[in-house]
This record gives sequence, C-alpha cells and structure tokens, in this order.
Amino acid sequence: MSDPSVRVEDKLFYNRYLVDAGRAHIKVRPHTVPTAPLLSMLKLCPARCYEMNEAGQVEVTVDGCVECGTCRVVAEPSGDIEWTYPRGGYGVLFKFG
Amino acid sequence: MIEEKFDAIVVGAGMAGNAATLTLAQRGLKVLQLERGEYSGSKNVQGAILYADMLEKLVPDFREDAPLERHLVEQRFWMMDDNSHVGLHYRSEEFNEEKPNRYTIIRAQFDKWFSSKVKEAGATVLCETTVTELIQDAYGRVIGVRTDRAGGQIHADVVVLAEGVNGLLGTRAELRPRPKPENVALAVKEMHFLPRETIEARFNLKGDEGVVIEAAGTISRGMTGMGFIYANKECVSLGIGCLVSDFQKTGETPYGLLERFKSHPSVAPLIEGSEVKEYAAHLIPEGGFKAIPQLYGEGWVVVGDAAQLNNAIHREGSNLAMTSGRIAAEAIFQIKSRREPMTAKNLALYKAMLDESFVMKDMKKYKDMPALMHINSQNFFLTYPQLVSKAMQNFVRVDGTPKVEKEKRSLRAFVEARSWLGLFGDAFRIARAWR
Ligand SMILES: Cc1cc2nc3c(=O)[nH]c(=O)nc-3n(C[C@H](O)[C@H](O)[C@H](O)COP(=O)(O)OP(=O)(O)OC[C@H]3O[C@@H](n4cnc5c(N)ncnc54)[C@H](O)[C@@H]3O)c2cc1C
Ligand code: SF4
Repeated sequence: MSDPSVRVEDKLFYNRYLVDAGRAHIKVRPHTVPTAPLLSMLKLCPARCYEMNEAGQVEVTVDGCVECGTCRVVAEPSGDIEWTYPRGGYGVLFKFG
Repeated sequence: MIEEKFDAIVVGAGMAGNAATLTLAQRGLKVLQLERGEYSGSKNVQGAILYADMLEKLVPDFREDAPLERHLVEQRFWMMDDNSHVGLHYRSEEFNEEKPNRYTIIRAQFDKWFSSKVKEAGATVLCETTVTELIQDAYGRVIGVRTDRAGGQIHADVVVLAEGVNGLLGTRAELRPRPKPENVALAVKEMHFLPRETIEARFNLKGDEGVVIEAAGTISRGMTGMGFIYANKECVSLGIGCLVSDFQKTGETPYGLLERFKSHPSVAPLIEGSEVKEYAAHLIPEGGFKAIPQLYGEGWVVVGDAAQLNNAIHREGSNLAMTSGRIAAEAIFQIKSRREPMTAKNLALYKAMLDESFVMKDMKKYKDMPALMHINSQNFFLTYPQLVSKAMQNFVRVDGTPKVEKEKRSLRAFVEARSWLGLFGDAFRIARAWR
C-alpha cells in the first residue's frame, strides 16, 4: 500500500481559530544548526507548524497549532523551544473535539 | 485582582474539572473554576465513549438532557494487515436496555452541557482565562493562582489541578515532571459527516443504536498504537494514535498514518462520500500505573489526565477523570467540614479514597502492560497481525491444499517469524501483565 498524499493545510482549513496576532505561544531558540528533537518536529507536528527555512534552520508558525503539546514533550527538555498556552480565548476552537 | 478568597479553585473545565467543581458546589463550597477555552469543551478532544456509571454518580438523571449520540450495542476489534482485517465482534440485544451503559458523545458539545450543570450548582465559572502560574508562599504551600487577565491573582484554600495531559502548571511549580515521549501517545482524528440513514445502513444499526471499532495492526506501522472508528448520530469519529517516542523513532507523520487508515479497504467504504468538518490532535497518557505522579501536596491536588490516570488497554480516560475529580472534591469537603487546613497530611485522604476506588485498582492491574507493548511493539502491531491474517486466509481459501498442510503452514509461519521461545514468551508476558 503506498502512502496517500496528504495536505495538512487542507485539514486545518476545517478548523476554527482565533489567532493572537504578534503573540506566538511557541518560540524556537535561535540556532544555526537544528538539533535532533527540532528536526523530528518537521514530521511529528500534526499541524505541520514546523518548517525548515532556506538557511537550514527550523522555524515555527503557530497559526494552525492544535495545541496538542507534542513539541513541548519532544523539544522543550533540550531547551530548543519555549512552549505555553495561548492567552485565554485564543487559539484553536474545537466545535466537536 | 479578585479580592474575595475561595474555598477552592479548579483549573480546567474538562471531565475531571467539571466533576470536581460540580461536587464542590453541590456540597456548598465557594468554588471558582478557570478555563482557558472560549467555553468548556472548546479545547477538548476525545473518541469519544462515555461510561454512564461514573456520570450517574454526578448527574443521576443525565439521560434527560445530556447531548448523547448513540448507545453502544456493538463493539468490534479489528486486527489489521494492509489488505485485510480479522475481527472479533460482540453485539447484544441486551445493550438495548432502559439505561444503557455506554454512549458515544461529541466532547465539545458534551462539556458545554456538563458546564451548564456546574453553573446551576452555584460555582463561578470563568472561561477565556489561562492560568499561568500557581502562587506559593514562602513555605512552598500553594495559596492561589495567577492568570493572564489584568491583575489576575486569586487566592483559595486549595487548588484542584484538572489541567489535562500537558499539565503545564504542575510542571512549572515542580510538583511533577513533564510527560516523557514514551509515556504519551499522539492521536489525530477527524469528524466525517454523513446522513443518518447512511451511517445506520453502513454500520448495521437502527434508531439510536451505536457501534465502535477499535483497530490495531499494520496501520500503526510497527509502532505501539491503535485506530478507532466511532459512530455518532450524523457523523463518524475516526482517528489513530501512537506513542510519541515511536513516532520519533520511525519518522512517520501522524497525518500520513491517518490517511493510510482512512484508505484501508476495510475502512474506506464506511466513510465514503463524507464531509470532513474538523481535524484535531491531542495527547493521551499511556505511562500507566508507574507514571502516576504525586497526587497531592500542601494546598493542592491533581486529578484526571494531569495525574496520568488513563487506562490505555481499555481506552478509558474520561471516567477515571470524572471519578478522580469527584473523589478529590469529596475529600476536600470532608476536610473542610472538620474545619481543618488543606495540608498535604490532610489531603492524603484523596489518595487513600482513590486507592479504594476502581481507578487505582484498574491502574494497578495493568501496571506491566505499557512497558510490554512498548518493548515488543513490532510483534504486537506488525508481525502478529500479518500472521493472523495469513492464517485466516489459509483457513478460508479453498484451493485443493489438504487442511492438515494448511494448518502446518500457518503454524510454521508463526514460528519462523518469532521462534517458539519468542511466541511462548510473548504469550506468557501478556498473560502475566493481564492477570
Ligand atoms: C483521541 C482520543 C480518544 C479518547 N477516547 C476516549 C474514550 O473513548 N473514552 C474515554 O473514557 N476516554 C477517552 N480518551 C481520554 C479522555 O479524553 C481523557 O482522559 C479526558 O478528557 C481527561 O479529562 P481531564 O479533565 O483530565 O482533561 P481534559 O479533558 O483535557 O481537560 C483539561 C482542561 O483544562 C484546561 N486547561 C489546561 N490548562 C489550563 C490552564 N493553564 N488554564 C486554564 N485552563 C486550562 C483545558 O483547556 C481543558 O479544558 C480519549 C482521548 C483522546 C485524545
Ligand atoms: S503543540 Fe502540537 S500542533 Fe502545536 S506546534 Fe506543537 S506539535 Fe504542532
């Protein structure tokens, strides 16, 4: 069985969000070469918030974040990211859950 | 700053937090509940099966107005390989009873209803408020919380941490460690909408009857994980989850796994033509008994997923959450009634009461299961499902091979893949862990 193609952006499109512009609740520590935990987030984040830029560094864009906490479990212990919840009322709003 | 002091503050309005707040308010305590979501449920994700017994203890007549989807008359277990599944189905007319035992629910809607009961009981519920920190005095006693609202310091005799699996506050205050990748599963799920009649026809249901399917096998690609398909009234909830540490090792993507599961020949026809309305992800505590942290301290208790109270084998979490929330509240009420302070020594009552309940007894029963599944995940989730499927195929396909030869072939396949020692070892370990 081959892997069906997946567009995560299409999936996130179903969801409702209230984006707290200018106040990202997750921050990646500035780096030149990404660590293994950071690199693993490229595949592991269910909303594909982590991406590699042209310079080879890992960046996070939290707009589509579903607040699962996976990156906190994986990349916070090494100090690669700072993770907190969005301010009250902001972020993902599940209609069904 | 909110000047008044509360008897108790509950952080979180999920299953555990709502159960605790309701119980405290019903006993006449002055209680404040804080929730970061727009409303109770707006951040919460579940399959979701609701167990009636534990809710009945909180809201005896819940069947009158709770948003229940379907009562379960059938449970299916599927062991899957890439093209087939071997199923064990249990269906009984006895589940069509006056007060059914299990229902499917939609969490965001259910929590909203649960929260309305909490408010009716007299609790103060403040949503859109993220608690950022526990306030501790010079002796380390928890005396209140800090929120992200202006001047957001609030004091109480005791803080009930019902903050869910991520449990940020407890970690920040060093009351318990951050969950480890090998102790949490990442689950992704979708809501597939279909006309009611279509769901009933495809799942063999009438009226409000419901069915749930739990699936394991090559769908998790050798990782410790499970898929699920739950029938609601007008939608099907479908998802898959695996240990975070296994995702790290294999480099699989959660959405890739979900797509494969959806396109499996046994699954695809069930959701064909559906309209997807939501994509969600959430962690599930899977560390079991050995991962349960300290449950109480000076001025605080922890309940539900934040305390890792989750029975991964039976897929029960919300009932342990509701029960631990209720028991913590009852313990607090008893201490309060004796006019005693909320010290660790007194709050140990919560742990003692929990130990006597099914919550801890069940957690203890399966204390060796998580490690077992983890260490041998290749066998349980890849090798065995493929072998069982092959054996079934040998059994049902009529092609002129003598039956004796077919049986020998199936057996040989098992032994070749795993060796006698390995097979016996796994069987023995499962039996021991299950005991
Ligand atoms: C995909 C999936 C399927 C599942 N299926 C089942 C099932 O079929 N049956 C079953 O019994 N269990 C199931 N579970 C487990 C079940 O969902 C959980 O055990 C249960 O929700 C735990 O309840 P809780 O109250 O402890 O946590 P949650 O329900 O997660 O609630 C925590 C609440 O606290 C709030 N919060 C957290 N931090 C803060 C803060 N700092 N400030 C303010 N508010 C905060 C959150 O917004 C949230 O509302 C499933 C879980 C998943 C992920
Ligand atoms: S919390 Fe979950 S969804 Fe959000 S960035 Fe981290 S891994 Fe991705």
